[in-house]
Amino acid sequence: MEFVSPEGLRLDGRRPMEMRQIRAEIGAVSRADGSAIFEMGNTKVVAAVYGPREVQNRSQQMSDQALIRCEYSMANFSTGDRKRKPKGDRRSTEISLVIRQTMEACIMTNLMPRSQIDIYVQVLQADGGTRSACINAATLALADAGIPMRDLVTSCSAGYLNSTPLLDLNYVEDSAGGPDVTVGILPKLDKVTLLQMDSKLPIDILENVVQLATEGCKAVANYIREILLENTKQLEYRRGV
Amino acid sequence: MEQRLANSWRQTINEKNFIVTALLSELRVDGRRPFDYRKLSIKFGKDDGSSEVQLGHTHVMAIVSGQLLQPYKERPNEGTLAVFTEFSPMADPSFEPGRPTESAVELGRIVDRGLRESRAVDTESLCVLSGKLVWAIRIDIHILDNGGNLVDAANIAALAALLTFRRPECSLGGEDGQQVVVHPPEMRDPIPLIIHHLPIAVTFGFFSNENIMVIDPTHHEEAVMTGRMTATVNANGDVCSIHKPGGEGVNHRVLMHCMKLAHVKAGDITAKIKDAVEIYNTQRALRKIKRHSSSVALDVGGTPAKSGEKESQVDGSHLHQSKLKDEPSSMECDATSSGQEQNDKRDGVSQKFIGGPSSWDPYSECVNSDLLKASLASHGPATHRQQKGSRSETKAEVPPQEMKIDSSPTDAGLVAVQNNEGKTLKDAVKPKNKRKKKKVSSNTGN
Repeated sequence: MEFVSPEGLRLDGRRPMEMRQIRAEIGAVSRADGSAIFEMGNTKVVAAVYGPREVQNRSQQMSDQALIRCEYSMANFSTGDRKRKPKGDRRSTEISLVIRQTMEACIMTNLMPRSQIDIYVQVLQADGGTRSACINAATLALADAGIPMRDLVTSCSAGYLNSTPLLDLNYVEDSAGGPDVTVGILPKLDKVTLLQMDSKLPIDILENVVQLATEGCKAVANYIREILLENTKQLEYRRGV
Repeated sequence: MEQRLANSWRQTINEKNFIVTALLSELRVDGRRPFDYRKLSIKFGKDDGSSEVQLGHTHVMAIVSGQLLQPYKERPNEGTLAVFTEFSPMADPSFEPGRPTESAVELGRIVDRGLRESRAVDTESLCVLSGKLVWAIRIDIHILDNGGNLVDAANIAALAALLTFRRPECSLGGEDGQQVVVHPPEMRDPIPLIIHHLPIAVTFGFFSNENIMVIDPTHHEEAVMTGRMTATVNANGDVCSIHKPGGEGVNHRVLMHCMKLAHVKAGDITAKIKDAVEIYNTQRALRKIKRHSSSVALDVGGTPAKSGEKESQVDGSHLHQSKLKDEPSSMECDATSSGQEQNDKRDGVSQKFIGGPSSWDPYSECVNSDLLKASLASHGPATHRQQKGSRSETKAEVPPQEMKIDSSPTDAGLVAVQNNEGKTLKDAVKPKNKRKKKKVSSNTGN
């Protein structure tokens, strides 16, 4: 199957280095301390953050830092066929672990000892790149909750089909069996915190694909900063400043 | 990070500082250098498809089994591969019985990704009846002792087990060719899986100080490190999977450097795995011919042919209709060359099987002088080579074991026939019967 046409257009009309449309909204869940909805093309994800609050399980309390918990789940209606088990299956467990450790790297946990921060991420529409969308949404939600962070964490995926590195794969391109590289970076520090790849790829091509994904992350980071700035202006306005 | 449980081990600050300070001078607590692996030992169990790996103090076991099941709807022509992990509570005080924890699931998925997406195991050859029956391969990984770096050890164990696993041969029968007949190992030799390449997992540990990075962290180092990455690379230079689940941020240069390091380490480990599997295959074949040590001279090479024999001995059943392959003469020539190399390896073993010159008949078959020297050199208890003489000798010598993955037992037919007679060594040794049967089996074989 051809994923990049001879003119250089992908299945959905994008160029190989073009990302999908991004849209973000802060404050979607009113009960949560911080929440956000993040959309990357057709992939839509909602993240809610509760914390810092008291640790529910005393045995897990840490005296020098905050406990971060994360739960990733996919809504039954998020994929084409109705999903039977939204959470608790192995993929969800792994992604929960990955998101948790990614956010742990940037949250300044030592400022909030003996407390707990819960991040709940729910996928409403899945069209490839759910991991990335979840991390981006979690970043926004954490910022909305006012939790101190070292830097934003942004994430984007890239692949390699028809000998072309492609940025931001959608579901069809993802299930093509080619490599799928998900990168999460700390933009200001320019460090890679999350890197996951599957399927075979020679090392030199890997380097290109990771570079491409990193560029995508930086673009997302710019957008997130704009959104946060806009949100802050709104807050100031409402306070009457 | 593990869930904080009441009985989990906490590292002291002193220990943490000690490890980090030592690493600053490129020293590790167990005396290794930052990019050295611990001692790796791979052992196999008696049955096919079970392996035990020890990487320093880490002890992991993997068992591979196969079952005929329905394929997935989206992939009707492919077999399936599933990895299950069991973090035994005896391995670490923080492991609890019951549902796999996050780290158990993570480990299973890393091993799974390395094998599945990179197509290391050929799943299309596992299809028996398209859309109805395929072989479902299941890999069970048991952690016996957690000395750190479970992922790498588990990966090696899984690969070793896959390489030595043999699945029963099955054929289609019945009126409409829809009935699947699974041949028991006594009837037909089980066949190994087709494995295209070996994806080796190499784990890196990152510390809060930029310049420190280690390979193959121990349990103590794991408690100190702030980030980790597992790169699954094969010896051909392809990256099969990368797993860096958050943690300390590292820049691109370091990442690419890690990939290249992983490639080098993968080469080493692949060689070690292949050697271990080679030895196992040799011994496997040996076990089969052991019974007929008298009749078959072996420089052993573990012809898969012998495998047929072994099954029959071990299981006590006698119908072995294995296909007989090459004629003795052709085998002989092959035998000698490889026989030489194999000789040293199998010296100890071959002693049992190579008879002294007194019972050797130089005129029944042409024998290579090299072969003769070899057999003389590895003097063993004089087993009766009598009648079989060189014929069986040479047959035995053929060590197509190298990569005769396609086990077509050569002597198996021979043996099988003998077994028909009776199951004593004496029977096996009877020259008259043997020769007659040999001819018969040669006909039936191929």
